[in-house]
Amino acid sequence: MTAQHQLTAEALVSGYGNRTIVDGVDLELAAGRITVIVGANACGKSTLLKTLARLIKPTSGAVVLDGKLISELHTKQLARTLGLLPQQPIAPEGIAVADLVGRGRHPHQKLFQSWTTDDDRAVVEALDATGIADLADRSVDELSGGQRQRVWIAMALAQQTDILLLDEPTTFLDIAHQVEVLDLLTDLNHRRGTTIVMVLHDVNLAIRYADTIVAVKDGKVLAMGEPSEVVTCTLIEEVFGLPNSITADPVSGKPMVTPIGRHHVRLTQSATHPS
Amino acid sequence: MTSVHTTVDDRRRAPATSVGARRRALSIAGLIAGVIIAILLSLAFGSRTVSMAEIIDGVTSWVQGQTPSHIGAIAVQARIPRTVLAIMAGAALALSGALMQAITRNPIADPGILGVNTGAALAVVCGIAFFGITSPYEYLWLALGGAILTSIFVYNVGSVGPGGSTPIKLALAGAATTAALGSLVSAVLLPRTAAMDTFRFWQIGGVGGADWGTMAVIAPLLVAGTLVAFICAPGLNALALGDDVAVGLGVRIGRTRLLAAVAGVVLCAAVTAVAGPIAFVGLMVPHVVRMLVGPDQRWMMPLSALGGAILLTLADTIGRLIGYPGETEAGIVTAFVGAPVLVIIARRSRMRAL
Repeated sequence: MTAQHQLTAEALVSGYGNRTIVDGVDLELAAGRITVIVGANACGKSTLLKTLARLIKPTSGAVVLDGKLISELHTKQLARTLGLLPQQPIAPEGIAVADLVGRGRHPHQKLFQSWTTDDDRAVVEALDATGIADLADRSVDELSGGQRQRVWIAMALAQQTDILLLDEPTTFLDIAHQVEVLDLLTDLNHRRGTTIVMVLHDVNLAIRYADTIVAVKDGKVLAMGEPSEVVTCTLIEEVFGLPNSITADPVSGKPMVTPIGRHHVRLTQSATHPS
Repeated sequence: MTSVHTTVDDRRRAPATSVGARRRALSIAGLIAGVIIAILLSLAFGSRTVSMAEIIDGVTSWVQGQTPSHIGAIAVQARIPRTVLAIMAGAALALSGALMQAITRNPIADPGILGVNTGAALAVVCGIAFFGITSPYEYLWLALGGAILTSIFVYNVGSVGPGGSTPIKLALAGAATTAALGSLVSAVLLPRTAAMDTFRFWQIGGVGGADWGTMAVIAPLLVAGTLVAFICAPGLNALALGDDVAVGLGVRIGRTRLLAAVAGVVLCAAVTAVAGPIAFVGLMVPHVVRMLVGPDQRWMMPLSALGGAILLTLADTIGRLIGYPGETEAGIVTAFVGAPVLVIIARRSRMRAL
């Protein structure tokens, strides 16, 4: 199964109030691939994702899904194609895991229509895919941060959308859980062909997991493409303002960024310093 | 911490969690039984206590439109209107409370949070002080109008600025308006002792003055409010996960919140217009129901309505007993039970919302 839906941003400008944050972005999000947006704090990467997800209305330009403006699509219909996991979702007190995951079925349900076998299957699949089937009856309040993030991803999976947008799905997780969540999303991409677009903080994990990396600075796309082709010392220095050294990741062979600070620099490496 | 042991097969049916389903069934059965018991108690107790046979006699002759001969059955008949009003008002207040808590994502929000009670009070006070109004029908329309105008005002103030009507802005606008209008009520009343006396009867909420005429006026409002509330339930479930998640799930958050607010205001305003402000029912009942069946609005709402009916009917009955030979208004009884419950809620709840 491959996703056929095509999400595109055209000359996108958006922000809060009069403040422009995303400033003229053209972006074609490859269907069936994993796209990761990276950039420094406050560069507009989250705002870009939120605008793509229709949480913020563009001041000009457009977000287009399969040739149609998303603002003109029926919101519930759109929610069957385009899923979203924002940065800080709220778990109602005392809600059971299966119930929370079940709320992902909202766009598939009609008013006064009872729970269907399709809903049932989607939730069970989502619980299985995220490895939390044995937590189904537990209260979300009792879970650890890593488990809780799996529950939210399961909710997004239960929505069964071909495109899934995630805003920093690994925040507040330790390194092991970060890798676990990213592996899970990659599984989903491989098995279902789900198009995944996410914002990540950790540039090395971004490079490792992205098919396409999008580097954002001051609300503009600075570079976009396969990590091994676009990630260079100069790009990283430009995006984050950080001197760095790039080597091959011993595990994946992809580029790996090593930051260079003012301390702990061996003399032999000083060659990589721009001096 | 006890974990639930389920077999693999049980887990396959995970969504309608077996534990939750059993709990819900038990809660529904318990609450329906509670309503029936509350009705019987309300018919049985008062200045004259009657037997089961007299209750049956009183109710059957009432249904047939006859006036019974013996005094016990007559007493029962006299208690029917207030029992019906207590059921209607309690259910509506609790439902309204469930709506307000869902809209503001605040576990201690109550139906008055959008200024309903103070708005109604101010309108009634002005009517009494400036226009010499004394009839319940005129109170009804004044209170209804005042409540609805105030909540429209609060809603608009709470929607100013980017992001529209966020829970916190609504709650703040409500609190500020309530404080401001409350002081206006005092300002109008304090120099007018006569008006104060008249107002007092309305201001202490109760169902003792139940009257079929005023009940018939508010009944359609209560039915409409209840329907809209049930229609909003799935959307409110999505909103509970945060505005962003709700948008992602295809909910029109502005419209859902507005519809739910209108339903909540109409339900509370209609009751307040007839019975005066009755505190704590809308606060307490949804909270207890949430502990019973969890936070799913599709269950919360009908069960809260049942719970509210029980609470107010019992409060009215107790008020008749403790106030003997007169009676203590139901609003006072609910406040007495409610205050400690509020303290318990505040101590237990993590208040994660907001």
